[in-house]
Amino acid sequence: DQVLHIVPETIQQVQHLQLLCSTFMLDLWKPLLPEDIRAGEDLHIRVPAPLVQEMKDSLAQHMISYRVLIPDVQKLVDQSMPRERSSHRQVSGGYVYTEYHPMEEIYQWMTQIQKNNSELVTQHILGKTFENRTMYYLQISQPSNKTKKIIWMDCGIHAREWISPAFCQWFVKEILQNYKTDPKISRFLQNLDFYVLPVLNIDGYIYSWEEDRLWRKSRSPYENGTCYGTDLNRNFNSSWGSVGVSFNCSSDVFCGSGPESEPETRAVAQFIKSKKSDILCYLTIHSYGQLILTPYGSTTKPPSNNEELMQVAKEAAAALKGKYGTSYRVGSTASILYSNSGSSRDWAHTIGIPLSYTFELRDTGTHGFVLPADQIQPTCEETM
Amino acid sequence: MSPVPCGDALPPPRPLRPRPALPAGGGSGARAMELPPGHFPAARAAAVAVEYLRYLRGGPGSGLRLRELQRARRQDIDDVGHKYYLELELEDVLDKDRTVSCTAEVLYHLGSKTSAPDVQLTVQGELRSTEEADKEFYNRIRSLEKELVAENIPDSHGNVPPELEPIHLLAWVASGYVIWQNSTENTKFHLAQVKHVKQVKRNDEDLQFDFVLLLHEMVSQEVLPWEVTLLWHPQRGARVPQSRAAGAGSS
Repeated sequence: DQVLHIVPETIQQVQHLQLLCSTFMLDLWKPLLPEDIRAGEDLHIRVPAPLVQEMKDSLAQHMISYRVLIPDVQKLVDQSMPRERSSHRQVSGGYVYTEYHPMEEIYQWMTQIQKNNSELVTQHILGKTFENRTMYYLQISQPSNKTKKIIWMDCGIHAREWISPAFCQWFVKEILQNYKTDPKISRFLQNLDFYVLPVLNIDGYIYSWEEDRLWRKSRSPYENGTCYGTDLNRNFNSSWGSVGVSFNCSSDVFCGSGPESEPETRAVAQFIKSKKSDILCYLTIHSYGQLILTPYGSTTKPPSNNEELMQVAKEAAAALKGKYGTSYRVGSTASILYSNSGSSRDWAHTIGIPLSYTFELRDTGTHGFVLPADQIQPTCEETM
Repeated sequence: MSPVPCGDALPPPRPLRPRPALPAGGGSGARAMELPPGHFPAARAAAVAVEYLRYLRGGPGSGLRLRELQRARRQDIDDVGHKYYLELELEDVLDKDRTVSCTAEVLYHLGSKTSAPDVQLTVQGELRSTEEADKEFYNRIRSLEKELVAENIPDSHGNVPPELEPIHLLAWVASGYVIWQNSTENTKFHLAQVKHVKQVKRNDEDLQFDFVLLLHEMVSQEVLPWEVTLLWHPQRGARVPQSRAAGAGSS
């Protein structure tokens, strides 16, 4: 679409322009009504793209001179929309971190992130989901001659917890944008590698976009295809099937047919096992509840390093609260929330990863799983 | 409905050192023991109190949310049930700087699956008056030519169009009632989403909304659809003449 600037000189030209306006139903920007078009006065008229040439031909035929005021209306509209802060562009070419993204876009984002930050980021295959989709994780690692300890973080083990993958993406962006300038982040990267799995339960996440926003589990079929999905966070080999689960596929806490029965679980478990002597910290991100949860879910008996776990968690909660005043409760799942078994966090701790936490992000039930996108930024900022 | 102040013959409060909760039924007859407010037994009881208050005091112009559970005690009463004594701080979602304090007693009846917990509350402090907003909403809905229909509030991205915010808050009133009625010590409900709402025009002065509400239950992680009819009037407040769990849920 273009906007033309015309100053009609004669009454005949005015009449012709009025005719054009009504014939083509043109969008008059100035004046507002055709009857107010006057000779010698400015006329601004928006012409839809398919009519531009015909309009210009007609003006030329009637010897009406014009000037193109706006050559591309859409472009101007796009530029004026407050879509994203320019700082995001450097990291991945204009990705909007303050919106929720479907899986296709997250796949593209991962490719872009590696491309734009190849000195630090490599994308790796972890395994495949039940519906045969590839699970990728991002390794953020500063080249160095010393072997570094690993911090692992996975998001989106439960499909409906959309703020969780949003946080993983934000986290990656934040690290890559600031590692050169922020001394804390730069020190982290000197000594640690980050491994980030932005969406663990890809099949479920896609299902929550396309079919059922409040879906939780994976999408593997049971009972002859009459029932779908295992709760991946009940499927790990930590007191599997003992408490806080159901053996009925139709339940939202169905723990699967056995520990690690699900390909997603196996993909994660295999990888973590292979690297376990180097993994310092296992983080798994969920919503909602505003909680930092420590082991265990299946028993109230505290883990051997409970004091250290609690101290670190309390400091994290305090730092988090310092940002926007958001309160997070801290403690073991069994005391704070409910009993459960087969969680990834408990499993990570039992195989020897000392610092193992579940984060339940905003909020506390007001919006629950459907957290408005305008809370993505504050949630992610405080959690960083 | 005037709230009944709690504060009958309670034993003097214990020193505020949080103690691990005793297993249910293991408590002695009549003494109230201090509970850590961050742990789930107190949190679940607090949720019930808040939902009950939303039913009593909520409306199209106001919604309350729990800001902090400050203190919780539990008393195991032989042959009766478990009674929780709570001190809560609440905030008005439309006026976040305004908080009110509330003391609540939540009694879960022993072994009962069918009886709702008894809740008594005292609210200290002023809630913002919503008389104007209520009247304006009432008149707007009454003058609609076509009955209001809406679905997915909030939508998948958490958005609620401003003109539907009062309906959203009335859904809190309706879900407040259902949650209160159906809570036990082993559940914690929140309204996950309004699946569907339809206004039903009436011959009397009440507004009627038929809701399909999706309730998220934290312990089982289930999302349960409920069909709830809500009647509301600016002076008379809310009433739920009918509610039932809908057919097999999507999970």
